[in-house]
Amino acid sequence: MSGPNDPYDPKEVSALSDDELAAAVTQGEAAFAAATDLDTLAEAHTTHLGPRSSVALARRELGALPPQARADAGRRVNAALAALTASYDARRSALEIERDERVLVEEAVDVTLPWDRAPVGGRHPLTLIQERVADVFVGMGWEIAEGPEVEASWFNFDALNIPPAHPARETQDTLWIEPADNGVLLRTQTSPVQIRALLARGAPCYVAVPGRVYRQEALDATHSAVFHQLEGLAVDEGLTMGDLRGTLDTLARAMFGPQVRTRLRPDHYPFTEPSADVDLLCWVCQGTSTEPGAEFCRTCRSEGWIEWGGSGMVHPVVLASAGIDPERYTGFAFGMGLERTLMSRHDMSDIRDLVEGDVRVTAALGREG
Amino acid sequence: MKLPMSWLRDYVELPDVNARDVAERLTAAGLQVERVDRLGEGIEGVVVARVTDIEELTEFKKPIRWVTLDDGRDRRQVICGATNFGVGDRVAYARPPASLPGGFTIEAREAYGHTSDGMICSGRELGISDDHTGILVLVPDLPLGDDVVVALGLRDDVLDISINPDRGYALSVRGIGREVSIAYGAPFHDPALVGPRTGSGPSYEVRIDDTEGCDRYVARGVDGLDPAIASPQWLQRRLVLAGMRPISLLVDVTNYVMLEVGQPLHAFDRDTLTGPIVVRRAAPGERLRTLDNVDRELDPHDLVIADDSGPVALAGVMGGAATEITAATTRVLLEAAHFEATTVAYTARRHRLPSEASRRFERGVDDALPPTAAELAIALIEQLGAGRRVDGVTDVDHRSPIPTITLDPELPGRIAGVDYPQSAVEDRLTEIGCRVRASSAGFEVAPPTWRPDLRLPVDLVEEVVRLEGYAGLPSTLPRATAGDGLTRTQRLRRVLSRALAGAGYVEVLCSPFVDAESGDRLLLDAGDPRRPSVRIANPVSDTEPYLRATLLPGLFAAAARNIARGLHDIALFETGPVFRSRGGGKAPDLKAGVRPSDDELAELDAVLPDQPNRIACVLAGNRETAGWWGPGRPAGWQDAVEAARVLARSLGVDVTISADRHSPFHPGRCAALHIEGELVGHAGELHPRVVEAFALPARTAAIEVSQDILIASAPDIAAAAVVSPYPAATIDVALVVDRDLPVAALEAALRAGAGELLEALRMFDLYTGEQAGSGRKSVAFTMRLRAPDRTLTAEEVAEVRAAAVAEAARRHQAVLRS
Ligand SMILES: [Zn+2]
Repeated sequence: MSGPNDPYDPKEVSALSDDELAAAVTQGEAAFAAATDLDTLAEAHTTHLGPRSSVALARRELGALPPQARADAGRRVNAALAALTASYDARRSALEIERDERVLVEEAVDVTLPWDRAPVGGRHPLTLIQERVADVFVGMGWEIAEGPEVEASWFNFDALNIPPAHPARETQDTLWIEPADNGVLLRTQTSPVQIRALLARGAPCYVAVPGRVYRQEALDATHSAVFHQLEGLAVDEGLTMGDLRGTLDTLARAMFGPQVRTRLRPDHYPFTEPSADVDLLCWVCQGTSTEPGAEFCRTCRSEGWIEWGGSGMVHPVVLASAGIDPERYTGFAFGMGLERTLMSRHDMSDIRDLVEGDVRVTAALGREG
Repeated sequence: MKLPMSWLRDYVELPDVNARDVAERLTAAGLQVERVDRLGEGIEGVVVARVTDIEELTEFKKPIRWVTLDDGRDRRQVICGATNFGVGDRVAYARPPASLPGGFTIEAREAYGHTSDGMICSGRELGISDDHTGILVLVPDLPLGDDVVVALGLRDDVLDISINPDRGYALSVRGIGREVSIAYGAPFHDPALVGPRTGSGPSYEVRIDDTEGCDRYVARGVDGLDPAIASPQWLQRRLVLAGMRPISLLVDVTNYVMLEVGQPLHAFDRDTLTGPIVVRRAAPGERLRTLDNVDRELDPHDLVIADDSGPVALAGVMGGAATEITAATTRVLLEAAHFEATTVAYTARRHRLPSEASRRFERGVDDALPPTAAELAIALIEQLGAGRRVDGVTDVDHRSPIPTITLDPELPGRIAGVDYPQSAVEDRLTEIGCRVRASSAGFEVAPPTWRPDLRLPVDLVEEVVRLEGYAGLPSTLPRATAGDGLTRTQRLRRVLSRALAGAGYVEVLCSPFVDAESGDRLLLDAGDPRRPSVRIANPVSDTEPYLRATLLPGLFAAAARNIARGLHDIALFETGPVFRSRGGGKAPDLKAGVRPSDDELAELDAVLPDQPNRIACVLAGNRETAGWWGPGRPAGWQDAVEAARVLARSLGVDVTISADRHSPFHPGRCAALHIEGELVGHAGELHPRVVEAFALPARTAAIEVSQDILIASAPDIAAAAVVSPYPAATIDVALVVDRDLPVAALEAALRAGAGELLEALRMFDLYTGEQAGSGRKSVAFTMRLRAPDRTLTAEEVAEVRAAAVAEAARRHQAVLRS
């Protein structure tokens, strides 16, 4: 092999001969093709494309040629270099793919293996539904009001126009704080917050009140001494029963979907006049189970409609109790049981599932947005 | 209130509509029909037959008859076990193939050695009465072979209507009839439109001492009562269909009139009364044995009917046993009175004596009715031949006139959101019995006597809107004034709960009722505010009369319940109020309809207990589960303390952890939690005795903090981080200190010593082996240093490290680990 040349010392260079270049290319290509792994290929690269390879030497010797010969020889050397490089690149990428495939196959794992190392948490469905309804009302510009669960009976009864002889005041309904004649109780409804909200805000007032309430009831499949209600109150100039209906429709759609159908039915509540019950058309039988001879419907007990809550136009006495002028302002209010709403939504039949704190209930329902 | 359609049709000229349609219209008008019972359905092939021969079969244990019947076509023979009929009687004969209610089919069958060709039916088998002691003997003139369903009018529908407390008038055929007539625009004949007899003079001396409790008392007499005469079948059947039990003719008649017009009546055996009747409150200590044979001590608030002997009846609730109508009664004094609703309600409740009469008085009875109802009853008694009227009517009348209501005729439409024509408003009010007079102020509306519930303009509005129909109300949305969204507290409560759920805690809602001993089981000191202090006078369960003052007992019970159900790895949390007495006291007596003064409101709030909101968690079992990756990690005090950091971090505040001794925690494994110097709660492992008392797994851990303080401590506007673009220098330092020194204290010293260039400090290793020295431990920290304005030089880094170590040495005699 020849050593480095002085660039200005022209001489005949054998490496530049056509034959030699062709042979170098053939040998290189054969060596690359023969390499079965990347290490062998790297060795072949050093031999055939490395700094001491024939092609590299030929390239270095170009400088010694006279200008015309240099151009011609340069083209030939470059062609040989390109051919070898292409051959090497192709082989290398083929071998790399081969290697990658082999390695990745070796590194494969069972991706179905469990990884439940960390515990999974969740919110209680009743808190989630309270937040959900709160969001519906906040979206309409309402605010969320709150009040104490141990409440003065004036707020829970008197101010709501529930006279002392009303059956709701009987001890079997109300849990009284001892001593019982002190006038302190566990609120039986979220309605006392109507009064607190009006006293604090005055009119106009648009508030929703999700919250916990208490009744003297033994626990069974459909009753619990502790349960949750949603209260709504709007007091403003010129509010109508149509506004009440529209608000209830909006809430019903938010809770049960766009296909839900509501019905208002006259009823009696001391704190509203006129009063109305809100029913939902049974989504299982669509009301058809009331026809003579129809199959019994478990969901609505073949009544066609499912009672959802009570509502009405706020009674003037209630407004006056909170210092609102009933001549100037009208208002509507409504209330419904959230357990019942939740149980209807998910077709649950036992309220105890919601109050016993079994983590499986939350696992099933507590991750609903 | 149960009402047969046939009774309704007596007074309403109803078009050909079915009961379901009537039910829907009544429900739409506010009288909710709970159910419709279809009677007489399923009866087929039962005909009128005459008994022509009876052969008594005596060889059996009970009397059995072999009866020959004439059904107008054939001679038929049946076996019958009843004996209350004779030859010539007409009976209801189920002629095969026949069917009875409930899907029973009647075929010829072998019985007592004969082939019984069908059967003779009892009232109960036909679904028309409760009577099954014998067969039903029909009136003599029914044509043989006629279908009994048609002949007896058995086909009927009964509406079961739930009546709201403001609609007392609807507890009668009269009241419901009026509603039905309005719903269909059908003519209505008021059963109370009979000329009441004024008679010649009073019938019995009556004095009303308490005109507030009773503003009207009518007394009439009936003589020559024949106790042998029973109520006719049609009357008994109507009572049964309306849900009442026939008793005796006189009682049945008073009940019938009550059902028909809504006025409760009471009958005294006149011969048992001594002296004038006085309506008054009971005197202290007075007693009365009521009709149900219970001797009752009367309350001075009870309104009673008394004679010279003392109380003889609880007004409007129940009569007394001593003056009751018996089989020996021949002279009757009939009472038709008007008692005040609240008085009757209290008395009925006080004595736990709800009756048909008290139900009506509580809801309001037409005060014009007493003379009419008395006349209706007496006329019916005479018509049935059971007695004759005594001349004279006592009518003590202290009624006050019913005030008229001034109504803006546009008010109903304004409240409904519908344009009702004035004529519609007037027509609807007239339909329900009001007298409407137009005046300059609007309508002057005089409600009818049977609607004492109509007092305010809005009461009239409801009448108009319900009769025009709620179905016609539009669905509009009010434009609420712009709100402020959720309050900061409401938002942060969500943040806290979500942080815990994200950290693997499951939210539960526990019962807030606890027993008196729960404070002892938590090892709380006598004065600890977490001891239950708010007691319920009438608790749901006598064993749990208190409201919780800490969330822990409820969570412990929920944890134990889950574990008992096979769910062993438990991390639960609850948020909510606890209740702590502030001494209580009596709430001021405030009126309805008047805004209390601010002072009065403050007084009201002052009697309420403190109701702070708290957050608590409980952990048991594995915090990290065992698996193919290796062993699990049991939950412990560390997780409980970490929960405090999770909560604090979610609000962007720092919690300071320090060792404490605090029940119900293990004295050596309890952390006090402070935020900016304020105590927010405690966390750690539970005391072994608490674990045992609540039947929890060993080493159960818990945390309870004040949600209110946590939220109050959160910054309104968090400080932004200064993001330096210069490189950080990371250095480690291992210090040997006394084994009892809390790591937090050492960490605080390092922070203080390192100064402002310290960006982050994290403890990463703890060594307590021999090489640390006896009673010593080695703690390793990594420090990340960075300057806001330059790249730190090696010298600066070394200086910071030295300063940090020096401070640790100064405060805690820390020595650099060699
Ligand atoms: Zn249904």
